[in-house]
Amino acid sequence: MSPVLDIAVRHRLGSFQLNAELRSDGRLTALFGASGSGKTSLVNVIGGLVRPQAGHVRLDGEALVDTERGIFLPKHRRRIGYVFQEARLFPHLSVRQNLLFGHWFSKASDSNGVELSAVLELLGIGHLLARRPGALSGGEKQRVAIGRALLANPRLLLMDEPLSSLDEARKTEILPFIERLRDESRIPIVYVSHSITEVARLATTVALMDGGTVKNCGPTSEILSRLDLAALPGAPESSSLIEAEVVSFDREFGLTRLETRAGPLLVGRGDFEPGRKLRIRILASDVLVSIGPLSGISALNQLQGKVTEIGAIPESGTSAVDLRIDCGGEMLTARLTRKSVAALGLAVGSPVHAVVKSVSVETP
Amino acid sequence: MLETAGAWLSPDEWTAVRLSLLVATTAMLASLPFGLAVAFLLARGKFWGRSLLDAAVHLPLILPPVVTGYLLLIWFGRRGPVGQLLYDHFGIVLSFRWTGAALASAVMGFPLMVRAMRLSIEAVDRKLEDAAGTLGANPVWVFAVVTLPLCLPGILAGMILSFAKAMGEFGATITFVSNIPGETQTLPSAIYTFTQVPGGDAGAMRLTLISIAISVAALFASEVMARLVARRIAAA
Repeated sequence: MSPVLDIAVRHRLGSFQLNAELRSDGRLTALFGASGSGKTSLVNVIGGLVRPQAGHVRLDGEALVDTERGIFLPKHRRRIGYVFQEARLFPHLSVRQNLLFGHWFSKASDSNGVELSAVLELLGIGHLLARRPGALSGGEKQRVAIGRALLANPRLLLMDEPLSSLDEARKTEILPFIERLRDESRIPIVYVSHSITEVARLATTVALMDGGTVKNCGPTSEILSRLDLAALPGAPESSSLIEAEVVSFDREFGLTRLETRAGPLLVGRGDFEPGRKLRIRILASDVLVSIGPLSGISALNQLQGKVTEIGAIPESGTSAVDLRIDCGGEMLTARLTRKSVAALGLAVGSPVHAVVKSVSVETP
Repeated sequence: MLETAGAWLSPDEWTAVRLSLLVATTAMLASLPFGLAVAFLLARGKFWGRSLLDAAVHLPLILPPVVTGYLLLIWFGRRGPVGQLLYDHFGIVLSFRWTGAALASAVMGFPLMVRAMRLSIEAVDRKLEDAAGTLGANPVWVFAVVTLPLCLPGILAGMILSFAKAMGEFGATITFVSNIPGETQTLPSAIYTFTQVPGGDAGAMRLTLISIAISVAALFASEVMARLVARRIAAA
């Protein structure tokens, strides 16, 4: 079966060269990288805003662009929803007219599309219908823009840093809607971001971009813990994503006990139902390594494992090096100084105890 | 003093007022599609000779109106290359007719119309057009439901400017179609005629007041329309 998204394009824009290959079946594929790495250019190629000089873009096996076969489907016939960084609502139309804009054009082609009432409910924007875009807050505008794209009945949804122009409070307001969209709609999403927290929380697949190329693409937990990728400019700080299940809540100390394949973990948040599945993230710099079990230490979480990989030392000679530790099948990344690695005599296969200083919960 | 307007103006003067309104309205409406097309070409087009077209459009603004009128007479007169063609194929006569006055007014107002429209088209955010495209609107629909409504204030302003210019156009009109009462004698020509005869001061003053009233009304109408449109297109 062909992948949902299959891209191989080359395009030169001034001195910038986009040369990207990407195949993904993810429900939410994040394009992650520093600004200028080509994320937006690639999304514009998928959406039909940019016509690539060479290559192909296939969606569910159908060619949208294939320069060899002379195929270029114009953007208005692709049925690809696009949520822009700045909402781009039509200022002369009401919220209702904005929402139904694409709906009206897609009506003829497909009758079993998304319903207005369902979108209003999903995004919580029912009370805004009569307003003009000028009278909306940034967060409201962005939700209307998402609704407008959904109502056009798209086969794929592109989101280009939809949260970057919003403050923290508005981001927190919108993230749950995007999660619901990822989990409840059947529409695959391509999500551009340079925020590691957004990617860790939302993405099922990550494509790491740098200098106009896709350096690597794979499941989120795998990409975020890769050592060689951490050395790339614009790459996220190495961290580990671990699937966890809530076991119990300790009322006296306000701690939640989680069970993971790596072992039990305690986190300082108490608003979870027992049995709930969570995704947690541990930064490499929040992990200490010891060769024996530690006592008399304030950190609560200690996991046992074996060193499986020691990261390459960059030529510029920074003092830090990343280790990968296999803890019962979960990969934990730890950032140590080279001096510590030498002092402890660590090598691949060494049994270690990883002391976790802090755990962040990515899926509340 | 306060008699009804009908008694206030002589029948000839009334004819001049009506003719002026007819000529100005015709000039404005007839140049609208051309003005819009040229404004779009200049705002969006990338083609060889774009600056040449830009200069040509602005010519009536900088040439002496008499020169423009004389060129019109040479090309659009009964024996002129274009005038002959229009007469042979469509039976249209422009020289010494009110239609010729409308043509002269339209040509003189064209740069003003194009300028206002072009500025407003350039101000339309192309990103909104891209957004409309991704929502399934083909280029024709994008133009009709996004671009056009967004540059409506400029289009209105261009129409009003063209109308106002046509109401006041004198030099090119009198050169091209002369000053024939009831056919080509518009308000400015009528005022000019009054000033050339003894005892014409009262008539000239009456028509001057009418001229001022119409101009102010047009300006006021454009202000009101611009404000209505601006309220609809409140900044996003």
